Amino acid sequence: MDFMNSVQLADASNNFVYASMVILFLATISFSVSFAAGRRRVSPVEVSSRRVLVEPSGSQVHEPDVALTQLDPGRRAANIGMSLTWLATGMLLIGVVLRGVWAGRVPWGNMYEFSISSALGILVVFLVWSTQRDLRWLGLFVTIPTLLTLGMAVTVLYTESAQLVPALKSYWLVIHVFAAIIGGGAFTVGAATAGLSLISGKGWFKQLPPREKLEGLTHKVIAFSFPIWTFAVVAGAIWAENAWGRYWGWDPKETWAFITWVIFAAYLHARSTAGWKHQKASVIAIVGWVAFLVNYFGVNIFINSLHSYAGM
Amino acid sequence: MSQRGFLRWLWRQLTSMKTALILLFLLAIVSIPGSYFPQRGTNPILVDQWIADYPTLGPILDSIGLFDVFGSPWYSAVYILLFISLIGCVVPRLGVHWSAMRSQPPPAPKNLSRLGGNSFEVEGESEAVIADARAILKKQHWRTVVGQDPDGSRWVSAEKGYLRETGNLVFHFSLILILVGVAVGGLFGWRGNVIVREGEGFSNTLTQYDAWGGGRLSSAENLPEFSFTLESFNVEFERGNSQEGAPRLFEATMVVDRPGEEGSTTHLVEVNEPLVIDSAKVFLVGHGYAPHLIVRDSKGQVVLDDAVVFLPQDGNFTSTGVIKVPDSDPQLGFRGLFLPTSAITEELGPHSIFPAPDDVSVFLGAWSGNLGLDSGISQSVYTLNVDDMTQLGLESLRVGQSWQLPEGAGSIELTGFERWASFQIASDPGKELALVASILAIAGLSLSLFIQRRRVWVKVGPVIEQGSSSRDKVGRVKVEVAGIAKASGHDAIEQVDNIVETLKGQGA
Ligand code: HEM
Repeated sequence: MDFMNSVQLADASNNFVYASMVILFLATISFSVSFAAGRRRVSPVEVSSRRVLVEPSGSQVHEPDVALTQLDPGRRAANIGMSLTWLATGMLLIGVVLRGVWAGRVPWGNMYEFSISSALGILVVFLVWSTQRDLRWLGLFVTIPTLLTLGMAVTVLYTESAQLVPALKSYWLVIHVFAAIIGGGAFTVGAATAGLSLISGKGWFKQLPPREKLEGLTHKVIAFSFPIWTFAVVAGAIWAENAWGRYWGWDPKETWAFITWVIFAAYLHARSTAGWKHQKASVIAIVGWVAFLVNYFGVNIFINSLHSYAGM
Repeated sequence: MSQRGFLRWLWRQLTSMKTALILLFLLAIVSIPGSYFPQRGTNPILVDQWIADYPTLGPILDSIGLFDVFGSPWYSAVYILLFISLIGCVVPRLGVHWSAMRSQPPPAPKNLSRLGGNSFEVEGESEAVIADARAILKKQHWRTVVGQDPDGSRWVSAEKGYLRETGNLVFHFSLILILVGVAVGGLFGWRGNVIVREGEGFSNTLTQYDAWGGGRLSSAENLPEFSFTLESFNVEFERGNSQEGAPRLFEATMVVDRPGEEGSTTHLVEVNEPLVIDSAKVFLVGHGYAPHLIVRDSKGQVVLDDAVVFLPQDGNFTSTGVIKVPDSDPQLGFRGLFLPTSAITEELGPHSIFPAPDDVSVFLGAWSGNLGLDSGISQSVYTLNVDDMTQLGLESLRVGQSWQLPEGAGSIELTGFERWASFQIASDPGKELALVASILAIAGLSLSLFIQRRRVWVKVGPVIEQGSSSRDKVGRVKVEVAGIAKASGHDAIEQVDNIVETLKGQGA
């Protein structure tokens, strides 16, 4: 990079991360406004169903979309929130990429970098999914944990960039961490929908999709992220075999990755077990996400592990 | 309940989904202490320290296996039960799935409109429409069967997504295979550690290892034959402001000899880039310093002239080691501290502030007396037993300096230092199986989670009206299309829409 010296690159990366936080904060406010306004709108946001009415003539009409026809202030605020989330995600992407350019490697060498990348992972999973179905009601519950992650990153976890320690120099790192970030992002979105399914229908939360719908969505996200997480664990094992001479050694980080995996396996089982399909399954999904968090923060910070790497 | 009845009841309980669920949970829970307490397998030194720090609690926790969670009976009990349940659960499903794969889809239900059916009219004979529908479905890889209701309406019944169950079974069987791979590695695998100084050699026999462990069925006598010399060892540390002292590069240049091979080959071994020799892999796992010392006895005779391996204690390579001189009279012993970049402070005492050898010194404590080497109890080369020794004094040395020991006991001189690298040499014959099984598991899992088992039906009623003119002999028929997905939370709306559109397109 000739046109920018390294200090400028570092500043640019940080500024993009800060800018994305500000925009994400505004998005959160928009979603909150929408949520507050939605309290009066009792009909659930139900757009994804494509139930087809059949007229006697044989021509078919798609059911009028209740949600879209009511462009009330709350809905407008939610749309603004979505646009701001896209913008914030773009900014964060640039921030993460610049960080990588500055360091001359993938930006996953320490907890700070891993956190901003994870925040990006959560947003990307959410936004990509939102192109498939209307998820405006979920925006608030995704932007808040993302903001918290970014807040932790820039305050507690910030590290100057540096090269990787030799054990981290491997393309398996890139594959392993990429899978972990996407899987973790989806687990986070899944924990949000699982949590909402537990409170949907009560008080302010009447505006959310009904419980069963939320449970179905949770299942979809976790069914998506579970194979990815499995792959991340296997890729990590391959990497460990190359670096340390054993593919599995029950290091605390490995142990918690395994615990997380087992709990989500239990979740998927619960969804096929009579009497466990609903609230209990949602609770398991949240417990799985907590295990993921323990692995991510707890092990890096509190437990002495081979993985407690550079800068933290 | 008879004994057989009871056993059958027990088996049904064990192989129920609910038991599987609870065992999975248990597995997660019993894994937790393994991440909190230090484990013998990975960190035996920390375990000993833990037990020493908590003399009452330590041995109790030790006796219930909390320092060896993953080898403890209760941990084994949980996963063995889980796998018995797994086998009992999936083996019967194999047969069921096998016959499901070869049977035809069941007939269409009487009333499709109850299933959210989608009806319209097209021109044509019912037989032709059914044939069209079947052709469309076949092209989309549905398994189809045709039939006729008593009222004369014809139908196609189609099913798709058998691979879901196939994937699920592959996934669960792969889990068993992974376990087999792990077990093979545990029984036949072995691993050893050795520290090699620069310029020194190693040959792969049991006696040359500092530590060696193998599975019950591994052959310690028949290790693959090879030897190597550590020709040079390169290491670089971060000198910038951020993460100063973090390792950036370490690489070992090794000259390897194998039997049946002419001459030696030179290899560069780095972290993440092990050296593969037959079934064994040589990994570079650590490095450190070995101060070179010359010890003379009271008569000025050289009794030791060697580089002694010191073990790093922190990231800046403050290293500790022990020098034993059994050949002097009385015997001499030293405890030492090697500092690559020396510093001394009130609270830390002598310590190193950077891992590279920028400002080398050693701090030595000298003892004379009896080293206790003849007692028959084997001693670690890293500890000095001073029970029968008296302390002579303390001194610090830089390279080239020497210390005349008090009471004319002799002298010790620091002439320089060497580097050493530590290697882990491992063989795990189960790892390929575990890898292949993991890949199969992921593939099976993906099939099982992304493929939906769906059924669709197309039903064509009798002709509604006949065209009046002779040219317009074709009638109109009522067509109904409906579908379901077997898993909750899914539907077949898209598939039904697609068929409806294609059929209409063909009719027009
Ligand atoms: C090592 C332990 C086990 C693990 C890690 C595990 C994992 C999983 C996972 C992740 C799924 C979801 C993927 C899918 O739907 O195919 C699943 C499904 C399933 N598992 Fe297991 N399982 C284990 C043991 C068992 C046992 C002991 C049973 C029998 C009691 C069992 C029966 C099933 C069944 C019937 C499904 C299909 C559910 C459905 O169709 O949605 N599993 N398992």
